[in-house]
Amino acid sequence: MEKTQNNKAWFLVLPVLVLVAFSAVLPLMTVVNYSVNDTFGNNEFFWTGLEWFEEMVTSDRLWDAFGRQMLFSGIILLIQIPLGIFIALNMPKSGFWASFCLVLMALPLLIPFNVVGTIWQIFGRVDIGLLGHTLAAMGIDYNYTNDPLDAWITVVVMDVWHWTSLVALLCYAGLQSIPQAYYQAARIDQATRWSVFRYIELPKMKGVLLIAILLRFMDSFMIYTEPFVVTGGGPGSATTFLSIDLAKMATGQFDLGPAAAFSLMYFLVILLISWVFYTVMVNMDREDAK
Amino acid sequence: MSRITLSNLAHSYLANPASDADFALKQMDHVWDDGGAYALLGASGCGKTTLLNIISGLVRPSQGRVLFGDRDVTDAETSARNIAQVFQFPVVYDTMTVRDNLAFPLRNRGMDAAYIARRVDQIARMIGMEDRLNRKARGLTADAKQKISLGRGMVREDVNAILFDEPLTVIDPHMKWELRTQLKDLHREFGHTMIYVTHDQTEALTFAQKVVVMHEGRVVQMGTPEELFETPAHTFVGYFIGSPGMNLLDAEITGSEAHLQGVSVPLGAVYGPTTGRTQIGIRPDYVTVSDEGLPFTVKRVEDVGRHRIVRAEFQGQPLSAILPEGSSVPADPRLGFAAGKINVYADDWRVQPTTVPGGGLNDGKDPE
Repeated sequence: MEKTQNNKAWFLVLPVLVLVAFSAVLPLMTVVNYSVNDTFGNNEFFWTGLEWFEEMVTSDRLWDAFGRQMLFSGIILLIQIPLGIFIALNMPKSGFWASFCLVLMALPLLIPFNVVGTIWQIFGRVDIGLLGHTLAAMGIDYNYTNDPLDAWITVVVMDVWHWTSLVALLCYAGLQSIPQAYYQAARIDQATRWSVFRYIELPKMKGVLLIAILLRFMDSFMIYTEPFVVTGGGPGSATTFLSIDLAKMATGQFDLGPAAAFSLMYFLVILLISWVFYTVMVNMDREDAK
Repeated sequence: MSRITLSNLAHSYLANPASDADFALKQMDHVWDDGGAYALLGASGCGKTTLLNIISGLVRPSQGRVLFGDRDVTDAETSARNIAQVFQFPVVYDTMTVRDNLAFPLRNRGMDAAYIARRVDQIARMIGMEDRLNRKARGLTADAKQKISLGRGMVREDVNAILFDEPLTVIDPHMKWELRTQLKDLHREFGHTMIYVTHDQTEALTFAQKVVVMHEGRVVQMGTPEELFETPAHTFVGYFIGSPGMNLLDAEITGSEAHLQGVSVPLGAVYGPTTGRTQIGIRPDYVTVSDEGLPFTVKRVEDVGRHRIVRAEFQGQPLSAILPEGSSVPADPRLGFAAGKINVYADDWRVQPTTVPGGGLNDGKDPE
C-alpha cells in the first residue's frame, strides 16, 4: 500500500512563526540591517559591509567597556554566591521566622530597577543621603560622583543589596529539599560541620547554585538601569558598562551602524558564555552519574 | 561497648504533653545488655524509631536518662556517643566514591590510613561491593546504596552499639536473607550490641536472641522468641507474633476453668479472681480439630502450603485453628484446646496463675 504523503500539518505552526517573526526576528533583522549600512536619515541606506564590525572590534572604547563589564560581573559573582549560600545556611528552617526571613529577603527583588537606582543615588549623596552624609560626618572621604573607586563600591554594593536575595532564596530552596536523614547520618558518622556542608549541602545545592550563577552572570552582564541612574556611567567612563556604552552610542550620538554591530556582538558574547555555562553544567551531571 | 540503660525514660514530641496519649514513648525502664542482639518489634508508629533515635542521641528524651555503662549520655551529642545507626532509606554521600563512603566514619575518627584501607576492604567484601569500590555512589540502585549505608554502620569496630532501623525494607528478598545472615555473623564475630527495628516478625525472630515488642509507645514484652510465642504478656504480642495470631475469646474465669457462654474449658492452672475485660488466649497451633470435643462452626479452610488454617466460629466468637498436614476436617468437627497452653488476660495484660499442676509457681514473665 502506498503511504500518503501529506505535510500540510506544517501549516499548523504558521501562527507561531508569524508571532515570533514580529516579536523577535524582524526587530533583530532591523539591527542586522543597520549594522551593515550607513544612514543619514531619510531612510537612505548605504552599504558598508563589515566595516562597522571591524571598527567596533578594534575600538579601545568597546574593549574598555568589556573589561569593566567582566570585572563587574566577576566581583558581584564572587560576593553574591558565597554570601547567598551563607545567608541560606543560616536562615531558620521552619516556623514564623522562616516566613519572615523569606518575605524580608524577597523585598529587594520586588523593587523596580530604576527605583533601586534612585534609592541608592539618594542614599549615597554626601549632601542629603543617609549613607553619604554619615560617612562624610565620620570623616571618610566618600563621593561617588567624583571618585571612580567610590562609584564602583556604590554600584557593587547596590547590586549585592538588590540581588543576593535571589541567590539566597534559590540556595534555601535547595537546602530545604535535603531529607533530615542525611543530617542524622552525618551526626552518626561523626562528621564535622565542614564535612556536612562539603558532602551533603553543597552537592544537593549544586543544581540551583548553577542556575543562580547563570542568572546572576547574565543579569549582571546586561546591567543598565541601576548604574545609569546612580552614576550615569561616570565619573568619566569609570562605570560605563557595555549596555550603558551601547545606549550612549545609539541614542546619544546616533551612531546607529556601529551601535548595531556592537549589540550583535554583545548578544553573541552572552550567547557564547551562557552556552559554555550550560555545557559545563550538563557535563558535570553526566560525570557524576558515572 | 557497654550496657545501655534507659532509666525512667519517656518522650513526647509536644512541648507541653498533657495526657498519656501525648507521649510517643510512655515511661519505661529498660536495659540492653552489652553484646546482645535485640529485635525491636512492633506495628508502624508504635515508637520504635523514637526509641532508637533517643539511644543514638538524635532525639533528646523529654524525661529520664540514657546511660552507656555508668556514663550518663542523656545530654551528649550523637557524635560523642560513638554509635552506629542505619536508617530505613539509604543515605549515601553522592559525590563520594563507594570506598570514601565506607571510610567516612573512620576518617572522621582520625584512624590511620592503612587500617582504614584494610577495614574498608573487609566491609566491602561483606556487603559484596568490592568490585565497585572506586565508582561514585551516585546513580547506584537503591539496594546497593542501602548496602553502603549498612557498611558504613558496621565499619567502626569500637562503637557502643549498632542500631538498625528497618534497614532491609528496600532490599530484594534474596539479598535480605543474605544480609541478615551476615549481620548475625558480624554479631557473633565482634559482639556488638545490636538493636534491630522491624515490623516483620520473621526478621525479628531469625535475627535476635531477645525480641522486644512495643505497642503504643510501651515495651509490652521482652523475651526469647519462644517466650513470646508461648506466654505473650499482652494480647498485642499474642496477636502480632505468630501467623495467624493468637485466638482471644471473652470468658469468665473461676479457679481452673474458663466459662464461655455455658461451655467450660479447663485451663490447666488455677487463677485468682480477675477484673476488667477477661479473655483467654490460645494459639491456633494448640487448637485441635477432630471428631470429639466442643462443637463449633467451620467458616472456611485456607491452604497456606505446609498446613491449612481453619477459620471458624466458637460460641459466637471468631477462632482460627491450624490443621496439620495430612489431616482433614471431619464431617461433624469438634475442637479441643491443648492443656496448659491457654493464657488468661485481664484488660489485655496476662494474668499469672496462682498455681500450676505439678506444683510450684509459674515462671512466666511478669508484664512490665
